[in-house]
This record gives sequence, structure tokens and C-alpha cells, in this order.
Amino acid sequence: MKLKLRVWRQRDAAATGEMAAYEVDGVSEDMSFLEMLDTLNEELLLRGEDPIAFDHDCREGICGACGLVINGDAHGPERTTACQLHMRSFRDGDTIDVEPWRAAAFPVIKDLVVDRSAFDRIIQAGGYVSAPTGAAPEAHATPVPKPDADFAFEHAECIGCGACVAACPNGSAMLFTSAKVNHLNVLPQGVPERETRVLDMVATMDAEGFGGCTLAGECATACPKGIPLPSIAAMNKEWLRANRKVKR
Amino acid sequence: MAVSGLLMLGYLVAHVMGNLKVFFGPREFNEYGHWLRTMGAPVLHEEWALWIVRLVLLATVAAHAVSAYQLSRRDIKARPVAYAHKRRRASYATRTMRWGGVIIALFIVWHILDLTTLTVNENAQPGHPYENVVATFSTWYGNVVYITAMLAVGLHVRHGFWSAAQTLGAGSASRDRALKAVASGLALVLTAGFIAVPVAVMTGVVS
Repeated sequence: MKLKLRVWRQRDAAATGEMAAYEVDGVSEDMSFLEMLDTLNEELLLRGEDPIAFDHDCREGICGACGLVINGDAHGPERTTACQLHMRSFRDGDTIDVEPWRAAAFPVIKDLVVDRSAFDRIIQAGGYVSAPTGAAPEAHATPVPKPDADFAFEHAECIGCGACVAACPNGSAMLFTSAKVNHLNVLPQGVPERETRVLDMVATMDAEGFGGCTLAGECATACPKGIPLPSIAAMNKEWLRANRKVKR
Repeated sequence: MAVSGLLMLGYLVAHVMGNLKVFFGPREFNEYGHWLRTMGAPVLHEEWALWIVRLVLLATVAAHAVSAYQLSRRDIKARPVAYAHKRRRASYATRTMRWGGVIIALFIVWHILDLTTLTVNENAQPGHPYENVVATFSTWYGNVVYITAMLAVGLHVRHGFWSAAQTLGAGSASRDRALKAVASGLALVLTAGFIAVPVAVMTGVVS
């Protein structure tokens, strides 16, 4: 396959970037999208040009490091991560636009790499449980009803890639934050911080400059892990409950 | 947004039921119009109940508009650089919430000038709402303005009701289909109910 690419190039955080055009030849349909970019980068290196910077780590769709907006879709046309997107989703001669996540809270560091530490600060605000150290407790000591375990696991699948923010027309981080809040708030281990968790994480999310939610639903469509849209309502319910319980 | 929106939605349901009384003839419709002024009597003085409703509505419209402005400002600020590859995001009802809201706000101004203060009404007879309604829908612009606004109301309610449920924490995976069905049902019934009146005047059912 021979492809035309238009890629966002930006030297550093302070520079103004632009879309640059490239051509890549010899692309196999079995390549992942990142392998296609690797091929292009090898060519760029041979030509003595600066390779395109992009985030990646496991390349197995489980770490959440990669994140590209491909033809306007976070992670591209398939419901998976960019590393698990294969070139068979495209046709010979296609022009593909590749851009970084666009959000005020995710500033571009270089090319397609953005700074997602705003997510880390949301986690620091309450995305943990206070567990006593020592030997692992007996497995049956804390029973968890099966529906709760399923609900928690569904939300624990979030890999924090930021596709929800990138896809949201408002650059809102509601789906990410709700996944983290719901994952821990439903479990007995998460009960001690149940109220402060949702209040602090939402307050941090707002302070980081993410947009407000208008329930457009683009986040849940883009999420490679299928975090469902009703998660947002579940977090709102927790937030309203916490405000009733906690006097600040 | 959610609380003020639901209050206004409740008002719209009462409003459409009142409007449909037009099909029972001028006497019943005008009596209903008169009752709105004496509502709450003899506990309340004439028009007091009406003014309480008007003030509550004014407060909800203001609260809705202010929160919409704040939310929009925040959302625009959260994406300072737009994507170069444009594509449509979200459903038509969702995308038109902002401009639809502006259209509805402008319509409310027109609607009050037309049928409350009678400033722009062709008939403009105080105490004869039936005749005034017929006069409005006998003009082409009266119909165009009204029907456009009611379609906007339908779209607004369709996304708004469901969203309000999510904001207030009433949404869940098992309840999602039911909430969406209620939202679409409300939108359809309201729009059809409101549009029924101009259509009836145009076709001569109400004259």
C-alpha cells in the first residue's frame, strides 16, 4: 500500500505547529498504525530529518500510552487503541490525517506527544484506596457481590489513554474520572474514601481546565475499553450523594 | 441546567394541554384564558398566581441561560486548538442545543409580544385569546416563526430531558433505553401538540 499522510509537526511545547505532508510506500495491511509510522520514521532518519514523535509503550492495547487522532477519530476508525489498529482498515492511496489529542489540559510536548499528567493529578486526588500494609488478607474476608464486582471491573478496564477527552467536543474528562470513581466507590475497599474521592477528583478535574460535559456521548464511542456512557450518570449520583453527606 | 430545564419542561407540558383546548371552540378556550388570571382565587388576588408562575419562569430561564453561557465558555476554552480533520460530532439534537436554545429564547420574546402583550398581533383583542391565536396563524410569518421554534423545542427536549436525567444521577445502563424513549416521546408529543394549533388554523379546522 502507498499512503499519503498529513501529520501534525511541532518542534516543542512553545513552537507553533502545522500539518506536514508525507508519503509512505510499501505499507503492509498487517502492519499496525504505529508500525506504519515506524516505517515512515526510518525513512525520515535516512533522509536526515527529524522523526515524528509519538507516544507508545506496550503495543498490546493495554497500557494507554499511545494516542493519535486519526482522520478526526481518537485511535482511528476501529474501536481499539492506535497500536492495535491495523492498516487493513485503510485503502491504498488513502490520505490520512494524524493529529495529537487536542485539549487545553493536554498541552502538546512535541509532534503527536501530549502531556497527560493532568490525569495523574486527578488520580492523586482520590484514585486510590487506603489499604493497611502487611500480608495479603484472606480472600474471603471481604465479600463483594457479583454485580458490584462486575461493575467495578468494567470501570477498572480504563487505561487512562485520554481518548475520551480527545473525542469530546468539549474536551471534557468526565468519562475518565467516572471510570476511576465508579471502579473504587462500588467496592468495600473503597468505602472509607467514598465521599472525598468523588468530590476531590471532580474538583481536580475542573481545576485542570477540562471542559464541561454536555452528554454528547462521543467519549464512550471512542473509548477503546468500552467504558459505557451511563458511568457519567453513576458518578454524578455519587457526587450528589457525597455533597449531601459531607459538610464542607 | 438540569433543574431549570426540567422546571421549564413541566411548564411546557401544562402549556400544550392548555393550547389544545382551542379545539373545543372559542368559548371554552377564552374561559380557560380567563381562568389563568383568576387561578388561586379567592385565596390569591386576581393575576397573583399568574404572576408567581411568570416570575418563577423568568428565574428558570435566566438560570438556564446563565449556566448555558458558563458551560459553553468553559467548553470552548477547553479546546483552544481545533482538529484539522473536521468531522461531525454527536447527534443532530445534541449539536443544535446551543443555537436551538438561542432560537427558542428569541421565539419567547416574539411569542410574548404576539400573544401576551399583543404588540405585534393582527387582531390584538385583550380577553379574546382564541381570536388572537387565529389571527396570528392566519399570517405566513406567524406560522413560520412558530413552527420553526417548535421543531427547535422538540430537538432541545429530546437531548435535554435525557441529559438532565444523567446530570441528576438518574441514568444507568438498565434505565437508558427507557429514559431515551421518554425523552423522544416527550419531544414528539410536545412538538406535535404545539404544531397542531397552527396546522388547524391553516386547514380551517379552527377559525
